[in-house]
Amino acid sequence: MTTAPLNGGKRRRKRRGEQTVVPDAEFTSYYGKPILNTPEWKPLNIGGYFFLGGLAGAGSLLAAGATATQRPVMARSMKITSTVAIAGSAAALIHDLGKPARFANMLRVLKPTSPMSVGSWLLAAYGPLAGAAAVSDLTGVLPRAGHAATAGAALLGPAVATYTAVLASDTAAPAWHDGYRELPFVFAGSATAAAAGTALLTAPLRENRPARHAALFGAGLEAAATHRLESRLGIVAETYRKGLAGRLMRSAKVLTAAGALAGAAAGGRNRGLAAMSGAALLAGSVCTRLGVFHAGRAALADPKYTVVPQRERLRAREAAQATMATPSTDHNHAPPTEPT
Amino acid sequence: MAAADGTGTAAAGGTGTREVTATVERMGFFTDTSVCIGCKACEVACKEWNAIPEDGMELTGMSYDNTQGLGASTWRHVAFIEQSKPVVPKEHPGQHQHQGDGAQSPQGEGPQDDADVFALAAQGSGSSELRWLMSSDVCKHCTHAACLDVCPTGSLFRTEFGTVVVQEDICNGCGYCVPACPYGVIEQRPDDGRAFKCTLCYDRLGEGQTPACAKACPTESIQYGPLDELRERAADRVEELHRAGVPDARLYGHDPDDGVGGDGAFFLLLDEPEVYGLPPDPVVTTRDLPAMWKQAGAAALTLLGGLAAAFATSGKPKTTRGSFTRRRP
Ligand code: SF4
Ligand code: SF4
Repeated sequence: MTTAPLNGGKRRRKRRGEQTVVPDAEFTSYYGKPILNTPEWKPLNIGGYFFLGGLAGAGSLLAAGATATQRPVMARSMKITSTVAIAGSAAALIHDLGKPARFANMLRVLKPTSPMSVGSWLLAAYGPLAGAAAVSDLTGVLPRAGHAATAGAALLGPAVATYTAVLASDTAAPAWHDGYRELPFVFAGSATAAAAGTALLTAPLRENRPARHAALFGAGLEAAATHRLESRLGIVAETYRKGLAGRLMRSAKVLTAAGALAGAAAGGRNRGLAAMSGAALLAGSVCTRLGVFHAGRAALADPKYTVVPQRERLRAREAAQATMATPSTDHNHAPPTEPT
Repeated sequence: MAAADGTGTAAAGGTGTREVTATVERMGFFTDTSVCIGCKACEVACKEWNAIPEDGMELTGMSYDNTQGLGASTWRHVAFIEQSKPVVPKEHPGQHQHQGDGAQSPQGEGPQDDADVFALAAQGSGSSELRWLMSSDVCKHCTHAACLDVCPTGSLFRTEFGTVVVQEDICNGCGYCVPACPYGVIEQRPDDGRAFKCTLCYDRLGEGQTPACAKACPTESIQYGPLDELRERAADRVEELHRAGVPDARLYGHDPDDGVGGDGAFFLLLDEPEVYGLPPDPVVTTRDLPAMWKQAGAAALTLLGGLAAAFATSGKPKTTRGSFTRRRP
C-alpha cells in the first residue's frame, strides 16, 4: 500500500542535477501551481528579525553570567549588544509591515493562539529590561536596578531566542510546520553561537573562556538539531538541502563549526583568532536564519511538499482504518485485508 | 482517528475564537463542480461587487484559466482541467467504487494519453475520452481557521454567520495569515501589504442577500445557504451522481472531523483534490501549537542550562597581569 505510486502521475516532475535522499515522488498538481500562498516577507527583514532576536536573547544570558562571574567587559558588551539587537529585531519586523504606524495594532490584543502576538508582548517586556541593564552599566546609575534588569532580561532571554521558531512552525509551510520539534533547538543553538561570537569579538582574552564554551555548546546543539530535522522530514527535507536554502544551510554548518572549533583551540591565546572565530560564528548564525527562511519559502512555492506528505498521511490513515476493519466512510472502500 | 484527536488538541490549546459560535445560523457555500460550465460569472460578480482591483492580465496556456489561483485580489477562481478520461465510464459501473488514490479510473490511463483529438472529436461527444473539469474555488471559511488563529491584531474575526472576515482598518500587514492558511487563500496586496480574501459577502449577508457569486452562477453550481442544509443536499447529490454512473464524485471539506473541523465552503469534486489545486489532507497548523510551545520551552531550558554550564566550567576570569582580581565580600 505504501509503495503504490501517487495518483495518476501524468504530470510527473523530475529534477535533475540535485542530490536527493528520497526518490522523486509522483504527484498530481494543478499546472504545477503552488497550493499555498507566500507572504510578502522580505528575507532580510524576517531573517534579520530571527537572527537579531536570537542574538539578543542569548546575549542577555551571557551578560548576566559575565556580570555574576566578574567579567565586566564582556558583561557590558553583551548588554549593549542585546539592546541594539532587540531594537534591530523590532525594527526589522516593523519595517516589514510597510507602514511603521501599523505596528501599534500588534499590541491591540494578546492572543495566545498567535505566536506573533505573544512574541510582540514578549519583546515589549524584554526590550526595556535589556535597555535598562545596558544604560545602568554604561552610566553607573541605579546599579541595583541595573542588576535586577540584567537578571530579568536573562530570564526572558531564552524565550526571546526561541519563540521565533514557534512563529515559523505555526504556519502551513511544510518545512517549518513539520520541523516544529527541532526548530526551537536549531534556533536556540544558533542564538547561542551568535551571542558567543559577539562575546569572542568584544571581550578580552582573560574573560572569554565562557564564550568559547558557549560557542561549542551552541554549535553542537544547532548541528545536532539540524541533523535530526533533516533526517525526520522525509521529502520536505529537500527544502533545506536544495537551492539557496541548501547553500545557506551548508555555509552555516561550515562557518559555525569552524568558528566554534577555532575559538576553542586558539581563542584563549590569540586575540585576532578569537575575533575571527567570533565573526565566523555570527556569520554562521545569519546563514542559518536565512537558510531556514528560504527553506520555508521553497516549501510554500512547490505543491510537491504539500501534496506528497498529505497523500502519505491519508494512505497511512486509510490503511490503519482498513486493518481495524472499521465501518467505512465514503472515502474508504478498501476491504480489510488482514485477518487480525 | 487522527483528525478526531486533532480537534480535541486544538480545542484544548485554543481560545474562545476556536469554536464556531454562529449567533445566527452558520452560513456557507456548497460548490457542486459537476454542473460548473466555467463561465466565470462568479469571478466577475465577485470582482464587481467587492470592487477588487485588477491583478494582472496574462495568457497562461492553462486551458481557459488565466486567473491562476486565489489571492488578495482574486476571491473566486475557476479552475479548468483537461483530462483524457471519459465523463461516464463505458461499462456502466454499477458497483464500481472509489478506491482511494491511484486507482479510481483505470479507463483514463495508458493508451488514451496520446489520443488523437480529431479522431475523438469525429466520434462525437458521446464516446469522448476527454473530459473537462471546472471548479470555482473560494475561501473555505474553516471551522478551525488558521488565518484567524495566528492573526496577531485580531483583524481576522468570526462573524455571526460563522464566516471568517478581515477588517482592513485593523490589519497591520504582518502577513502571518498568508502562510498559515492551509489552502493558499488569503494573501497580501504587494503595494499595500495588508491581507485580503473572500468575506462571503458579509455586507450582503447582513441585508439577508445571497453572496454575489452564488447569485450570478447560472447553473447553481455555487449554492449558498445554512451549512447543515447544504451538507444534506450535498450528500444526496453525491449519491445521485454515483447512481448515475459517476463514481469519481466525492465531497471535499464537508466532514466536521477533518483537519480543519470542516469547511464552511465545501465542494463536490470529480477527481482528487490536488488535481484542482486543493490540498488532499489540510490540517489547521494551530492544532500542534501546544506541542510547539512545549518544544520551545524545552529548547529555552536547554539554552539556559547550556550557558550556565559554559560559565560553571570556566571558573573565574584568569589573572594574567598581577593581582587584578577583585574579590567582593
Ligand atoms: S481557507 Fe484559509 S483564509 Fe479561508 S478561513 Fe480557512 S485558513 Fe482562513
Ligand atoms: S496580515 Fe493582517 S489579517 Fe493577516 S495576520 Fe497580519 S494583521 Fe492579521
